[in-house]
Parts: sequence; structure tokens; C-alpha cells
Amino acid sequence: MAQATQTVDVEDLEPRFGEALRKDERPGYEGYLIAPDRLTEFAIALRDELKYDLLSSVTGVDYLPEDMMEVVYHALRTSGGGPLAFKAQVPRANPVVPSLVPVYPGADFQEREAWDLFGIRFEGHPDLRRILMWEGFEGHPMRKDWHEAYYEEEGKPFKNRWPEGKVYRIEDKVPYGHNVAFPPEFSVEGWTPEGDAGLYAGLGKITPKDNGHEQGLDTDEIVVNLGPQHPSTHGVFRMVAKLSGETIVDLKPVMGYLHRNHEKIGERNTYLMNMPFTDRLDYFSSMSNNFGYALAVEKLMGIKPPERAEYIRVMMAELTRIANHLAAIGFLLNDLGAYFTPVLYALEERELILDVFEATSGSRMMCNYYRFGGVARDLPEGVLEKVRALVFERLPRRIDDLDRYLSGNEIVQVRGFGVGVLTPEKAIAYSATGPLLRASGVPYDIRRAEPYSIYDRFEFDVAVRYHGDVYDRYLIRMDEMRQSLRILQQVVRDIPGGEIQTGKPQYQVRVPAGESYGRVEGPKGELGYYLVSNGKPNPWRYHVRAPSFINLTSLGELCRGNKVADTVVILGSIDIVLGEVDR
Amino acid sequence: MFGTGILKGLGVTLKHFVGSYVDDIRWLGRRYFNDEALKVRQGPKGTGVFTVQYPEEKLPVPEEFRFIPFLVYDEGAEGQREIRCTSCGICAKVCPPQCIWIERSNDPQSGRPIPTPKEFFIDIDICMNCGLCSEYCPFDAIKMDHDYELASFHRHAEHIFNMDRLLQPASYYASIRPTNYAREEAARAEKEAAKAARKHEA
Repeated sequence: MAQATQTVDVEDLEPRFGEALRKDERPGYEGYLIAPDRLTEFAIALRDELKYDLLSSVTGVDYLPEDMMEVVYHALRTSGGGPLAFKAQVPRANPVVPSLVPVYPGADFQEREAWDLFGIRFEGHPDLRRILMWEGFEGHPMRKDWHEAYYEEEGKPFKNRWPEGKVYRIEDKVPYGHNVAFPPEFSVEGWTPEGDAGLYAGLGKITPKDNGHEQGLDTDEIVVNLGPQHPSTHGVFRMVAKLSGETIVDLKPVMGYLHRNHEKIGERNTYLMNMPFTDRLDYFSSMSNNFGYALAVEKLMGIKPPERAEYIRVMMAELTRIANHLAAIGFLLNDLGAYFTPVLYALEERELILDVFEATSGSRMMCNYYRFGGVARDLPEGVLEKVRALVFERLPRRIDDLDRYLSGNEIVQVRGFGVGVLTPEKAIAYSATGPLLRASGVPYDIRRAEPYSIYDRFEFDVAVRYHGDVYDRYLIRMDEMRQSLRILQQVVRDIPGGEIQTGKPQYQVRVPAGESYGRVEGPKGELGYYLVSNGKPNPWRYHVRAPSFINLTSLGELCRGNKVADTVVILGSIDIVLGEVDR
Repeated sequence: MFGTGILKGLGVTLKHFVGSYVDDIRWLGRRYFNDEALKVRQGPKGTGVFTVQYPEEKLPVPEEFRFIPFLVYDEGAEGQREIRCTSCGICAKVCPPQCIWIERSNDPQSGRPIPTPKEFFIDIDICMNCGLCSEYCPFDAIKMDHDYELASFHRHAEHIFNMDRLLQPASYYASIRPTNYAREEAARAEKEAAKAARKHEA
């Protein structure tokens, strides 16, 4: 990109940092290694001088054999281009790095996750509590020496399944009640949710102005828990809000109720076994999840799918986007009180898309369709005709219908205009991606910023809206569906014949040692997979940069100053799926 | 004018409402419980009420639809079961939740393994219907089923399927997946022919 060449590059920083900054020269690795004590300074230079303004991903890697923990950061420029990886290495015994929350507020939840799962302490983090596990949980589960309750072996396939497969149920061997461990001196009976006290204490204080004193009103400050069991939270999700009257002073999301440690499972699995597990992340858009994972592994393996497979992949990913946005809009209207009529109209169209998925992949939602170097099977007879009928005739009309039905509706407008405003600066600072970022006037779309697969061939516009409120986040999904239809029309027109898989399909792929970060523009935002391979059949590290989870970082900011009834709508407009938030 | 947006929107719902009756009239009482009608109703040209009356009316599943695997056997000349599985263990190795258990049988005289498995278990509580076993089976011996109504009252007694429960004849496989079956049979015939031709040359 033209702008990128004018800005300084990381090499220009090398003299300033000297020994503290060096290229990551391990084979198969990329990016930079930065000394932990200079990390904050480096991050500020990255943000302000190099214009890497959005910190996309923060995660840890436990290098047990080297007795070292590594914190891996990926930053990107919202003007375009690929992400820059930089890493801080710390000893395993005492892993402490400075927190980047003061530089990039979007690091907040991700650092808490790294603390929770790896036990890496982020000094200076404003609220370093567990985020996915509960307070009574012993240990940090993503550490390589931590074993789960139903632990069988380090990696799959387990040896007792074949050839001496004497079937048993693991629950019979480790009965319920004997499958948990608690920290020393922990008493289950004596435990009170102390974490909640910490949580409530972490909420912002009410200033006299909020308190209504200026208007001569004296309101109490109260803490209200919305959820975890609440129909508006789209799953098991909790928001703790501090209110002054009806106005939200501060709000914090609480999550992890659906946590299953997807990443630990992923590290026990072989590379191929992970494919169906990715379906279960964001179960509304499994094809997209498959896509990102396939890209990350293919990057490591150095293979590319054949032409026809690329077209099929793009077709499925764009159909997924439409299906997801239809559901997002429908359920947003549910949150607004338009009880179930709009959502059923939207789901009707989604069903037709799911029929296409079912016919090709065998399942409506858990598609498991992409393979390394291709897709699982070719399109069956009649599917392409059905897609053609959908993208040229039915869907454009139905989206217009939905638009006519909802966009002009005064209630939607009143509840949407100026509610939950996210300014572009804040959106970038909070690492928002996807429709949330683009509705705030930042036209960042990975399909254009760093085209993957064959997206560089298609003509489409990056949808962007400028007010950053709930209404614009609704409209941008309409825009994106129309752009997806444009892409789909080109795909259906141009799709070539030929192979759908590079090389022979293999159940045990050989993945060379190294790391890779594969990312796609998922319907909810940047979906990234960070993989570390050590050449073995199972990945050493498997991390998912989940857009729903990271987009929630800005939820507090979005809700502050709004009425409590608006939180439901604001949450709905972010479009989260708890399967992906909690992983 | 305030409220026109809502009225316009209500017009859309009214159109849907009237449309559902129009569609009923169009089919003249043959709209429900009619496979031909179901195909249209559920396709891109469908109008009117979209839902079906399950369980009285069931959506047809496409050929590729996958649910809990089954084992395929060929029917021999005297009606004996020729189990295709050779207990090579690829399905057990590729299974993501590791729900397949195979016990290989040994020849009682020589003690060497013989191809047909002694036992074959699938824990269907754990199976995630991903279909990788059938995708990577080199002998077309394990395939995904279409029967999705598996609810039972006894989880512990009935949810680990043994080989007896899993076995289905090749004719059943051919009935649920005709194109896949035809393709595989053609490939097998071709292979045999090539083998025979090689033998002939030698």
C-alpha cells in the first residue's frame, strides 16, 4: 500500500532499542522479539510512529522444554496490510510482562485470558482477574504440565482404542465429584463468591454529576446483574452494571459459563481433528471458522488449494456471512421488542442457505467441510443451480424486503440513533473488528486489507458507516449482505471445473515446525488462528483469536451513559455467539 | 410523517400474511403431506408458510447428510455377512472425540491378526457426526447414516453401539446414498479390471 511505504518500518527502530529488539530467527518463525522491560516503549513506538494502531491479538505460548513462556502480540495498521508479530519471552517460573492496556485498551480481556489460562502476570493491568475460569479453579489449564480431569494421554489418537479396543466410559473411571481439584486451603462449603466483591469494586465510581445532584435529584447507586440466565444475552452471559438511576455508570461483562477449553482440546487433537471442533466456536458460521483454520495450517504446510476449491471456499464463506447477518439482524430486532416476526423472516432465508450447506457438507451447522489443500467433496448435482437461484433471484429480493420492513421503522430508528456510540478512535483502541469497526467509520476489511484466498479477484466494496451507533451497526449488516451477494454472483459466474483437493487426501498431515497466523474476515470480525508446530502430529499451540470475545472489550465503553434498557440492544448490535466468546 | 415507517413495515407483514393463504389456495389442498409440494415449499421458489409439520411431515435429507456411522457388509451368495472392515484402525485414529473402539481378532492357531474385527464399538454419546471416519476409510466399510431419530430411555445401556448394532447391508447403503455407492462400485470394478488385465499380461 502506498501509505505503508511512507511510514517508518520496524527496522528503523532497531538502533534505538539495540539488544532489546531482534528479529525472531527461529526456523519457521517471523516477527520480532522484544525484551519485556522495553515492551511498553516499543508498543508506543509501534502505535504512534509506525501506525500499527490496532492490537489484534495477545496470547501466550508455554514452551515447556525451553522452560520459557512467550507472549505473542499481533498488531496491524487499519490503513491496510498484514499483521506484525512481536513477542516477549519470560522465564516460566516467574512470568511477568508489563501490561499493554495503557497503550492498547483492547488488550484488556486478552491479557486477562492469558493470565487465566497460562498464569502470565501482566503488571499494571487495571483489573487482572480470571476471565474464563472461576476463582476456585486450581492452576492455569493451558500450561503444558496441567492435566484435565478426563486426561487420557498427551495427544490423540489414544493407544487403547485400537487394536485392543476394550470399550469403557471415562466417567465411570473418574466419577463425578472426583474429577475436580481445588487449590490448597480451599473449602468448597466455605467459599463465598469473593470474586464478585472484586468485580463490583472494579466498577467505576459515580461522580456527583452522574448522580443527578445537578438536577437536584438524589439517586442511589446500585449494582444490577443482567444474566447469566437472561433471554437478551444470547446465551449464558452476564453483565454487571452499576447504575445511577437508570443511567449506566459502568458495566463489565462476565463470561466463561460455556468455557470448555477449546484450545487445550485443540492441542490434544491432531491437525485434522481440529477441523470439526472449529465448527463449534461460532456455530452460526462454521464454514468461516473452517476457512481460517485451513488457511493457518496451509500456511505452515506451504500448500494451496486448486482453483475450483478456492471458488467453493469463497462461495461457502460468503453464504455464511449472509446467513449470519440475517440471524444477527433478526435477533437484534427481537432485542428491540419486535418479537419474532422479523427473526422468522430472516431465518427463513437462512434455512435455504443451510440447505445448501447440508447438501454439500452433510450438516446444516457443523459443516466440517474444508480440508488442508481443498474441500471435503465436490458440490453435488443441483447445488450450484440452487445457489444461483438464491443469489440472483431470491436473496436480493428478500434482503430488500427486510430493508423495507425495518430500516424506516421509527422504533428501530429511535432506539438506534445515537445509542451505544463508538467513535473510530475508540473502536481502534479497543481492537474492535468486523462490522463493529466498520460501522464506526473505519473501512478495514481483511478481504481488502490483506486479501486471502482469491478475494483479490472479485469486485466488491468495503461497507462502511460513520455514526458508530446501533442503527449503523444494523445498516452495515444490510450493506455487507448486498456486497456478499455481489461476490457470490461473480463466483457462480466464474467457478471453473477441476480438482477440489491438492494431492491425496490424508488423515495425518505432515506439518513442518514453525508458527503461523491465519486470519479471515469472519462475519463477526477478524477470526484468527495462531498455530505453533513442532513437527509432531499434534499442534504445540493452537489459539483462536475470537472476534466475539474481543469485540466485547468495548461493551463497557459502549454502554456507559446509556440507559439500562439500551444494554440489551447494544449487546445485540455487537453480535456475539457465546460458543466463541467462552470457547 | 412520524409513523409511516411502521405502517410501511406492517404492509410487509400483511403481504406475508395474505401470501400464506394465497399459497394454500394455489395448491388446492395438496400443499401439505405432498413430497412434490414440499420440494417447492422448501426451495428458492417457496412462498407462504415455510414451516413443516414434524413429525407428521419430514424434510427429506440430502444424500450427503451424515449422522452416527454404521458398518457395511456385503451379502454373500449364501446370505452370509461379508464384513468390509479389515480392522486397520484408520477410523479410530482419525476420530476427533475418540469414540471408536476396535478389537482386532487373532487367528486361534497362528496367533496372527485376521482382518475381520472381533468387536467394534462406537459411543454415540461422544460421536460428533463429523464424518471423518467414513471419509478416510480405504475400504468403504464405515459410512454415515441418515437415521437421526435415536432417542432412547436408557443412556447407559443403549448408547454404546456394538458391531451387531452397527452392521448394515450394502443394499441399505446403496438405498440411502445411491450416487456415492455407484461411484465407489465403479471405481472398485475398474480396479479389479486393471488387476485382471495385469494378471492376464503376466
